[in-house]
Amino acid sequence: MSDQPPKEASPNAVPAQRAFIDSVPHNHALGMEVLTMEAGGALFRLPYREDLIGNPDTGVLHGGVITTLLDACSGAAVFAALPRLMPVATLDLRVDYLRPAEPGRAVLAHATCYKLTRNVAFTRAVAYHDDRDDPIASSVGTFMLSTRRGAPKPEADS
Amino acid sequence: MSGSRDVRGPAAPMLERIAAAKRDRQLGALVDAIPYARFLGLSAELVGEEVITTMPYRDRLIGNPMLPALHGGTLGALVESAAIFELLFRAETALLPKTITLTIDYLRSAAPRDTFARGSVTRHGRRIANVRVEAWQADRAAPVVTAHAVFLVMREEARRDPAAPER
Repeated sequence: MSDQPPKEASPNAVPAQRAFIDSVPHNHALGMEVLTMEAGGALFRLPYREDLIGNPDTGVLHGGVITTLLDACSGAAVFAALPRLMPVATLDLRVDYLRPAEPGRAVLAHATCYKLTRNVAFTRAVAYHDDRDDPIASSVGTFMLSTRRGAPKPEADS
Repeated sequence: MSGSRDVRGPAAPMLERIAAAKRDRQLGALVDAIPYARFLGLSAELVGEEVITTMPYRDRLIGNPMLPALHGGTLGALVESAAIFELLFRAETALLPKTITLTIDYLRSAAPRDTFARGSVTRHGRRIANVRVEAWQADRAAPVVTAHAVFLVMREEARRDPAAPER
């Protein structure tokens, strides 16, 4: 992914935002690991687990697991792109399931926030085993930035 | 779940479970056979003529501890599951439907409470099925999520005649 990273998250902001992501109960329940989380994007890893299987005949992970991984990783990319920690909420998420995840293998997800406006963040993400160009699933999403504590103030206009 | 047939045993393949669920108008054993559905605590039952899928509240479903709110991904998993259960129960689907795309609109934040979902098949072709889903909590008229999904399905006649050019 060669998307231009969103501008200047303050250098001290990402640790607080990462701590927030690390505190999400459902991410823990799934066994999600945050590998990197920086202004240019987020990289998550989800180890294979038998209790996450969707088809017991094949051992393939449930699509919902992939959806959750992509949603969480996309949200982390938004957090990392923001100048400070603020609430964000997924507005919509579209997931294309390109091929089944291979049983027994961990799934990686990489997300970028490719556009940040005053109210809305736009993301792209892929889930894959070891080759980002041979994805299991890809997604696009939009996230609402909360205005309760004041919106960020980039040059954006929406 | 209630049931005495061998096909409901832990080793029964999914297709047999699907057939049994339709025959008995009971989705419980089918849902329980899916490990991730158990992980989420999902259940599905026929209420009147509707297949209603329920995701009971559990602390580990939380995605935003500040609000708090359910994780958007769990809602995605719920609506995808509800769409699949609807297809399995209604249609002559001979295989587990394969999700091609899922598009989720998050309408309001989902409170830490039980969530329900129902799918409706908008079109069922020979290879492709389109399903819309709504998920709600206390008030069905105020859904927390709407979604639509496109599935690859194969009916029996399509499997026998794969050359038939229809979607």
